[in-house]
Amino acid sequence: MTDPTANLRDASLTKSILAEVRRITTQPWNIMEICGGQTHAIMQYGLDQLLPPEITLIHGPGCPVCVTSLQAIEQGLQIASRPDVIFTTFGDMLRVPGNQADLFTARSQGADVRVVYSPLDSLKIANANPDKQVVFFAIGFETTAPTIASTILTASRNGVNNFSILPANVLVPPAMHAILSNPTNRVQGFLAAGHVCAVMGYHEYLPIAEQYQIPIVVTGFEPVDLATGILMAVQQLEAGQHEVTNAYPRFVTREGNQVAQKIISQVFEPVDRQWRGIGTIPLSGLGLRPEYASFNGLPRFELDQTPLYESPLCIAGKVLSGIAKPLDCPAFSTECTPAHPLGAPMVSSEGACAAYYRYHRIPG
Amino acid sequence: MCLGIPGKVTQIHEQDGILMAAVDFYGVEQAVCIATTPEVALGQYVLVHAGFALNVLSDTEAEETLKILRDLQPFNARLTEEDQSK
Repeated sequence: MTDPTANLRDASLTKSILAEVRRITTQPWNIMEICGGQTHAIMQYGLDQLLPPEITLIHGPGCPVCVTSLQAIEQGLQIASRPDVIFTTFGDMLRVPGNQADLFTARSQGADVRVVYSPLDSLKIANANPDKQVVFFAIGFETTAPTIASTILTASRNGVNNFSILPANVLVPPAMHAILSNPTNRVQGFLAAGHVCAVMGYHEYLPIAEQYQIPIVVTGFEPVDLATGILMAVQQLEAGQHEVTNAYPRFVTREGNQVAQKIISQVFEPVDRQWRGIGTIPLSGLGLRPEYASFNGLPRFELDQTPLYESPLCIAGKVLSGIAKPLDCPAFSTECTPAHPLGAPMVSSEGACAAYYRYHRIPG
Repeated sequence: MCLGIPGKVTQIHEQDGILMAAVDFYGVEQAVCIATTPEVALGQYVLVHAGFALNVLSDTEAEETLKILRDLQPFNARLTEEDQSK
């Protein structure tokens, strides 16, 4: 058994693949990488600078922290602020701004907000604190879905009744439909998110490629993976093809992880969901099935309906839809910085604005 | 968020009715839930995200990918030389 990432950061190999991209490119193409993790890797390794000028990478909405609705964040803040609650969350969520405050602010005002590495950690906290309600902020794409579903199944089996979730999971394929059916769409090819596909496979993308006549390449996260994904997308674009191909076969098969998919569909069902900055996308979220509805934290608490406030300066919605780049925003790195973010894409380790802030090389 | 780190399974056990593994990430060991990859064997690599193994590495595919990419290298080196000599 070999080390799976050895050689995948090899600069000369990456350059060879990108030389091939330059060789075959004859006209401008816009390719969207859906996943924010890929946006960061592209900026970190400067891959965007090594591409021929004809190839534009458009950054997609695959940053779960960025697209979690303001309403869900406000609900999370209200739940977290209750004295009878321990609120657990992935660390990325702490600094995402709500109307006024974020979870860090809530914690500084006495709320018991705890960062967990795995959703399962919430069950340990629930068992150790039987007099408290433990509520986990269930955010993420199809990668976190099986981890959260497994946690709910474990809680159900072990009778952990003081555990619940604030459901906010989202799905990739409906977002691709939303992007492609937008009249202002510029995307001509997709790099599909490799880890989402490690769970879900790529059979879901076949009808999308067919319907919109667009090539989709399942792509990994190392520089060699990303360069290969771009090459395979450009090869199809130049040849006028629109297939779903796999540049990440070491972790992705057509059918994906069927055990994980079964666990997801045992616990969750598709529901309409609001995406921050984008709006409601039909059947783009995961809600609890009736059998597991008792693990929905929302009905356990009486929450106020608060009016929602977004910064008028922030263009996060346009950035997340691939219509604008972070540098198009007048507030970028002036009013809006990672220390004082106006919008979620400046917060997250996967947000496009944070990636540009950290890694963007100003030419000249 | 969708960051996935490959690690090697060094031990498999059950804890509170859930299948767990000790996974070695280049010298750092971490407990990982393998409920969604129950087929994994000792010594295999898994893709770990949020404390769960999302999938098992296909060793043959990893080798195959690298082989194809390596084959590309001399081809492109020649192209670059040709470009420069023009």
